[in-house]
Amino acid sequence: MEMTKGLLSILLTMILTQNFVLARFLGICPFLGVSKKLNTAVGMSLAVIFVMALATAVTYPINKYLLVANNLEYLQTIVFILVIAALVQMVEIVLKKYIPSLYNALGIYLPLITTNCAVLGVVTLNVDNGYNFLQSLVCAIGGGVGFLIAMVMFAGVRSRLESCDIPKFLKGLPITLVAASLVSLSFLGFAGVVEKIFA
Amino acid sequence: MNPILLAVLIVSVIGLIAGLGLAVASIVMAVPVDKKAEAIRECLPGANCGACGFSGCDGYASALSKGITTNTALCAPGGNDTSKAIAEVTGLSAGEVAPSAAVVMCQGFCGKAEIKMQYNGVESCQMAKQLFGGPKECIYGCIGLGDCVRACPYEAIHICDGVARVNPAMCKACKQCLKTCPNHIIKMMPLHEAKATNLCSNHDKGAITRKECANGCIGCMKCVKACEFGAVEVKDFCAKVDYSKCTGCGKCTETCPVKCINLITLD
Repeated sequence: MEMTKGLLSILLTMILTQNFVLARFLGICPFLGVSKKLNTAVGMSLAVIFVMALATAVTYPINKYLLVANNLEYLQTIVFILVIAALVQMVEIVLKKYIPSLYNALGIYLPLITTNCAVLGVVTLNVDNGYNFLQSLVCAIGGGVGFLIAMVMFAGVRSRLESCDIPKFLKGLPITLVAASLVSLSFLGFAGVVEKIFA
Repeated sequence: MNPILLAVLIVSVIGLIAGLGLAVASIVMAVPVDKKAEAIRECLPGANCGACGFSGCDGYASALSKGITTNTALCAPGGNDTSKAIAEVTGLSAGEVAPSAAVVMCQGFCGKAEIKMQYNGVESCQMAKQLFGGPKECIYGCIGLGDCVRACPYEAIHICDGVARVNPAMCKACKQCLKTCPNHIIKMMPLHEAKATNLCSNHDKGAITRKECANGCIGCMKCVKACEFGAVEVKDFCAKVDYSKCTGCGKCTETCPVKCINLITLD
């Protein structure tokens, strides 16, 4: 009971209060780049959830049994980048072979995840928080779902912006950034909610 | 062991394993790339407009290489040059692309077409049409809010005087605008040949059309009588020209009392 409560707390924290995009400001490039259309936004987010979970599952044992055991924690960043990049490439090859339809649907977004700082972020976050394997996995999936929610919400906001009469000096990226900051502000409203629920 | 040596060792071993794993995976799970499709794809313009009826340039290329279609002339933006290039790659006989361009079948310019209301909604024909068929009295004509302008990948369409106009020199015949127009009044016309066409799509009775638009076709049948080749017919109070019969003599345009039948040369 105590454990499920802890996991649920991590999940909700990652989705709402510590949302990767809107509260931690990680993974901003796909957030601005791919949120123009709802279906591409969802596709990208699903790919991110998958890669986050996979990257966590692979880097956790590497960190615990290779780096921490040898007092080489300072190598975390470079090793994680290496592993994530290789992992994404591997996923791409496997998808191309066995699920070509999904590969075509994800298109350019899959290799883009390699350089997505949110993926590296979730992996280092797990280490910093000292989570065990299960907690890390839940944290990764929660982070991915939070990313999905942010992307879908922002895709909705941007489709509204399309039909707005925007002053010329704000057209394009400026109004997108203003909108992003407002969405981010609205997520600050969740601050403390999860802690109070599970207190 | 020397910690620096160990660090170097761990990183390089992980890198080596990852590299080897990827190399092995790319050999074991190699997907045979269709060389022919790639070569065909090189010939296509890459606009992904869908005029060929496939999902895009890649779709058309793979369909050609797999033999789903043998028609090399489906790419309207590429025209005859692309058709020839594809034929060279595939060994099929090059098909002839009949050059054509889109034309908006409406002359309901500002001041000619009567306005029924001031529309202040979203800048979209699709939206405006849902409100009593659009801001103009005539519900068949161009709404003029530019859905086609936004759909055109080649910036060939502009709104002039309240009506969308296609620049035939820029039009690549991808037919994107045909799909977006909520009133379906954008039609394809053959290029390089003078053909008569009725630039009005109003199907109301003559008397009603008269009240709606000064340039509207009233279905008076004068053009039908003037045509020596039987190319014009009036259906539902709106004249229609059969391009295969029309010789471009221009007799119908002379008799038209509202000047909605026009001789069009798109060159």
